[in-house]
Amino acid sequence: MAEEKKIVRKKIQAADRMNKIMADYFYELNDAAVTGKRKVAWCTSVGPAELLRAMGFVVHFPENHSAMLGATRMSTDLIPTANAIGYSPDICSYLTADIGAYIKGITPLAKAYPGIQSVPKPDVLVYNTNQCRDVQDWLAWYSKELGVPSIGVTSPKNINEVTDAHIDDVARQIEALVPTLEEISGSKLDMDRLRETVSLSRECTELWKQVLETAKAAPAPLTFFDGTIHMGPAVVLRGTREAIDYYKLLLSELTQRIRDGVGAVDGETVRIYWEGMPVWGRLRQHSELFANLKATVLASTYCSSWIFPAFDGRDPIRSMAKAYLELFIVRSDRYKEKYIGEMLEKFRIDGIIYHDAKTCPYNSNSRYGLPQRVEAETGVPSLVISGDLNDLRCVSDEQTKTNVEAFIEQITEGE
Amino acid sequence: MPKPVFVGLDIGSSRTKVAVVDAAKRLLGHAVRKSGTDFSLTAEACLDESLRMAGVGRGEIAHAVSTGYGRTNVAFVTGECKTEIGCLAKACSHYFPEAITVIDIGGQDNKVIKLDEGGRRSSFKMNRKCAAGTGAFLEEMSLRLDIPIEEMDALARQSREMVKLGSYCTVFSATEVLENIRHGKKVPDIVKGLFYSVIKRVLEMESPTERIVMTGGVVAHNPYIVRMAEEMTGRPVMLPEYPQLAGAIGAAFYALEVKTNG
Repeated sequence: MAEEKKIVRKKIQAADRMNKIMADYFYELNDAAVTGKRKVAWCTSVGPAELLRAMGFVVHFPENHSAMLGATRMSTDLIPTANAIGYSPDICSYLTADIGAYIKGITPLAKAYPGIQSVPKPDVLVYNTNQCRDVQDWLAWYSKELGVPSIGVTSPKNINEVTDAHIDDVARQIEALVPTLEEISGSKLDMDRLRETVSLSRECTELWKQVLETAKAAPAPLTFFDGTIHMGPAVVLRGTREAIDYYKLLLSELTQRIRDGVGAVDGETVRIYWEGMPVWGRLRQHSELFANLKATVLASTYCSSWIFPAFDGRDPIRSMAKAYLELFIVRSDRYKEKYIGEMLEKFRIDGIIYHDAKTCPYNSNSRYGLPQRVEAETGVPSLVISGDLNDLRCVSDEQTKTNVEAFIEQITEGE
Repeated sequence: MPKPVFVGLDIGSSRTKVAVVDAAKRLLGHAVRKSGTDFSLTAEACLDESLRMAGVGRGEIAHAVSTGYGRTNVAFVTGECKTEIGCLAKACSHYFPEAITVIDIGGQDNKVIKLDEGGRRSSFKMNRKCAAGTGAFLEEMSLRLDIPIEEMDALARQSREMVKLGSYCTVFSATEVLENIRHGKKVPDIVKGLFYSVIKRVLEMESPTERIVMTGGVVAHNPYIVRMAEEMTGRPVMLPEYPQLAGAIGAAFYALEVKTNG
């Protein structure tokens, strides 16, 4: 068999800095849990993290932990443990991998960060069902297991336009969390601190948007696969100065790449948009698959989901509510189609790939005719690939490869 | 003076197919064998057989392209790979130069490819991971029913009252088949039901919008499926002369193009 020449995407130098601030974050969490010096809150990825941070909690994000289980390819061995206690293989594989890992006493943090033995024990669990119902069920299991309260926001879904009524609803629910959080933290909510935290989140989100939009350049200086890694600070450190400083550094490197005409992938000829979750256990393979076809996956709904233009320090709680409601996953198909259409145009996309993740219906937008409608509207060809975010039992590498190769052939031969 | 030939090798999950064409795209030689576990060895054997049939030696091979699941395993022969979707499109648009929907039923997967009148692909779909509606499904059922797979076509033609199978899972379908046997249903009626199930699974993937061309080993060996597909879609179904070789022929056409266009 001939050796296939592998083209890899270029390393981003700022990654070393990111690794350092992520390590600091995980050690801070661990220290809080081990010493009891600070209270630990677990929060879903687009839950009210700003509120928690402003109230002095250090915040652990179970979805981030589960993505690490996926990226380290530990998840597939852990999911069956959760299946065996009644959590179906058909539900969220973030949930099943994370609970499976907890039952088995395993965490990728222990390998990556010497001295950390386990995920930080929480004092409170806080959810927002804007992502899905599974996050509430996920924290409910830990609530029972660990004897800590699980509180949160039940979000409206399938929203076309975000209205004042929606914002009132979610803002009231956020306010209702405060007394419980004050009781656990032992201190009153300081509104000035909340304003500052929300302002920092806004600044972080603006910079993250600018980072992602560097991919409008041709060749694109970063790929979706870079984005899934470099979004770490935007997910777990929004509301902090560290995240802002990091994105300034990253933006500067990517802007320099544009000035130098350097693409993340050599010889970029095809520009692809990714809709849906990444396959965490296949990031490298997928990156190489596209790079070898001289195709750059350069923009995505997923990475762009951590852009929150609504955050406003002058009106922190209502702006948090608005930001959490404006999230793509909360919106109607009519809104999603318009959003995707605009992204295809903005990033000058040649083809769109929808990842139909077996265990994540909420992030799989290929099940209700959306790809066909978007293709009819925009003329941009589409491909649906079957897979999963964390459960590699649902992934067929050969089928993915054939589909992607044929799709790139279709685009290049049609030119 | 010997004339150059162009070779396409389609290393499928079930069968390996090789086609040898000349510069005028005439099929000079071909071979089909079980892929087995050593793709390279099988490809070599098929290549030799088809070159013998074409009356040429390896020295006359101007260029070769491989396709199919094992396409990278025979790169030593070819040095160039194309997907089976591209190759099927290439062959079918040559034989049927019009807007067509190609339905390929292979050993491991199904494909529905839409081509415009210029042979350009506008879309394609492959079945998802499950084997329902593929050659593997029929192979599994032939084992369950203890019927040689090559006898299924003749049996289906004898059916008077087709048994409809409800499930799209191969395992569940097998259970349904056993249940129908217990209830005394006739084997020809069950086999026709299996054929019906295969076509139904493919039509669920994508609606044909143009004239249909069917390819692949399943239709090559079970022409009754083609007749059933015509009845189910209400559209005429066309077949290339060698439906099972379509992928290999398309790969050979790619080889010719590469050599001609550089």
